[in-house]
Amino acid sequence: MNNILFVFLRRLHVPLIVLITVYAISVLGFVLIPGVDDQGNPWRMDFFHAFYFVSYMGSTIGFGEIPYEFTGAQRMWTTFTIYATVISWLYAIGYMLTIVQDPALRNLLTEHRFRRGVRRISEPFYLICGYGDTGNFLVRALNEAGIRAVVVEIDQDRINQLELEGYNTYVPGLCADASVPDNLIKAGLQNLDCAGVVALTNQDAVNLKVAITSKLLNPGLRTIARAETHDVEKNIASFGTDHIINPFDTFAGRLALALHSPGMYLLYEWMTSVPHESLREPVFPPSGRWILCGYGRFGKAVHERLKAEGVSSTVIEATPEITGTPSDGVVVGRGTEAETLHEADIQHAVGLVAGTDDDANNLSIVMTARSLNPDLFTVLRQNGRANDVIFNAVQSDLIMQRGNIIARKIFATITNPVLTDFLRLARRHDDDWANQLISRIGGIIGNEAPHVWMLTLDEENAPAVNTALESGETLTVQNIITDPHDFSRTLPLIVLLIKRPGDEAEQEIILPAGQEPLQPGDQLLLCGRFGSQSSVEWLVANLNVLEYVLYGEDRPAGTIWRRWVRRNHAARELQ
Amino acid sequence: MNLEKVIFAFFIVLALTINFGFFIGDIDNPDHHNVYELYAALVISLIATVLKFGDRTHIGAVLLATSLVADVQLIIAAVIWGVVEHVTQTGMTPHVMAAIVSLSGGALLANITSVVLFVIETSMMRR
Repeated sequence: MNNILFVFLRRLHVPLIVLITVYAISVLGFVLIPGVDDQGNPWRMDFFHAFYFVSYMGSTIGFGEIPYEFTGAQRMWTTFTIYATVISWLYAIGYMLTIVQDPALRNLLTEHRFRRGVRRISEPFYLICGYGDTGNFLVRALNEAGIRAVVVEIDQDRINQLELEGYNTYVPGLCADASVPDNLIKAGLQNLDCAGVVALTNQDAVNLKVAITSKLLNPGLRTIARAETHDVEKNIASFGTDHIINPFDTFAGRLALALHSPGMYLLYEWMTSVPHESLREPVFPPSGRWILCGYGRFGKAVHERLKAEGVSSTVIEATPEITGTPSDGVVVGRGTEAETLHEADIQHAVGLVAGTDDDANNLSIVMTARSLNPDLFTVLRQNGRANDVIFNAVQSDLIMQRGNIIARKIFATITNPVLTDFLRLARRHDDDWANQLISRIGGIIGNEAPHVWMLTLDEENAPAVNTALESGETLTVQNIITDPHDFSRTLPLIVLLIKRPGDEAEQEIILPAGQEPLQPGDQLLLCGRFGSQSSVEWLVANLNVLEYVLYGEDRPAGTIWRRWVRRNHAARELQ
Repeated sequence: MNLEKVIFAFFIVLALTINFGFFIGDIDNPDHHNVYELYAALVISLIATVLKFGDRTHIGAVLLATSLVADVQLIIAAVIWGVVEHVTQTGMTPHVMAAIVSLSGGALLANITSVVLFVIETSMMRR
């Protein structure tokens, strides 16, 4: 605020001095010019009346000639001063308005508002650099989950879009270059409440700079960076960035997963969904030969994965001289015209991936291919969020939106670090295992995406369980997921993973059985409906509720009652 | 030579000298204190204040503060003068005159501080 005031005052020098000077001269003139009073005696205006007269004349209020009627000389001076004061007022006010509208001052004002917004956040927040499709999706998901965010974006249009978004909480946005460390500091990089930095801009160099800046200025911070090339990926990893996400690899990996193990793919999608998203339907891609349109960075990654999964594929690429060719040959063409598709033997292919970086071409490829082979399983790559409507209209079997997949992955990483461990362990199992888990989860949740969260059995998060365990009682997984209202029922929940800190290595139990005993310090990954979290939290925090669940009766809570009951029990046993 | 500095110094020193001119004389003798001089002192002091706006340095802030002190003192003196002449109709008594002159004396001190600070700042420049 100080800066703004100083800039404002500095620019006001000239108009204010003009105003003071004009007033001073006018007042002095009235004092010096002789007049006459109502009796005709010579009279001179004093400073008080002169200032009074000039004040109302200058502001064009005009009460008339007081205290006595003016002489000719006084009227002449009045005529002059009317013009002088009015012009200087107009000049001063006009000048002030110009300053207010000055872009430099406006920038200062917006920046000031942004910094105040950041300062006022009194809970952990994430600093998101880049508000493109991915950033937008991520901020929306964080907002749904009640996590605050601050955005730095270089494009003013996107900042405007952010302001129009209507989030539940205020998301401050600054239009600035994230690669300038000063801007990150303005956005709260060094705030105590800053929980992490996510670098999502479309330029690797900027992401690298953001990651290195945050590691240097606030080493304890979690940093997540996007990197498009493996070079930069290694570079960012070299100074300890926590998570590096390569959009092409992630995206291609997910696509390959969808083709190879649809159950596992669905499990991934469900687990990494954002709050209140509708549940995705399972897909059943056929096995056989696939056609892959586009051999850019994405196409290459997909081709590699398909090869690794043992799926044969035919590549169509318009400019193989730029992108290079795969070892098993390439059909030259864009794939949007029937000849190329025929050349790639579309009649005998089972599926097609339209994976160029042009949305219109991708749509065109799918439409053409479908008319040639109606049974084709089509996978569409969507690059821009703006095309949502037409992509939904084309009714492709699988639409893969790059921004969403990456944003989901980051969201899961941010909100739930144990989930990443679970998904890593899940990959070791086969598709049937995933399908069984999917149907189990599907049985307990409605048509909304499952809620996955983490529970640590320590003093802070689960005081009741912690006390019970420390006093030597045995608690099992089943106890935790019992309905606190009716101990004979089980909550619609699944414990996906127990992470147990051990002396040497961490122990990880995936999908623990009901009778699995718990230990203090265990980290549990739970999955269930939205709202079931509060039941569990009540159970693990309240000793009375826990005892009810354990023993099936309401235990007396007060000391006197407890003694009373114990004595009764003892007496009954004696009889 | 910097024209801005010339104007700045001119008004700061002028504010001090005019203020001094009004202040000097018997403290309760209205004949020794001219109303035009008080008027000029007030106007010059206001202009000097505006000129000091917007200097972000520490010394600039102190300069602005001294100027504001002088303004306040002089405005109060002028208001007292106007009140006794036109509102209470008591006319100028030695008692009131003494009050007005002592207020302008306070403003004089503030103006002296201002000039001293200005001299210090100038001597620190070494350019």
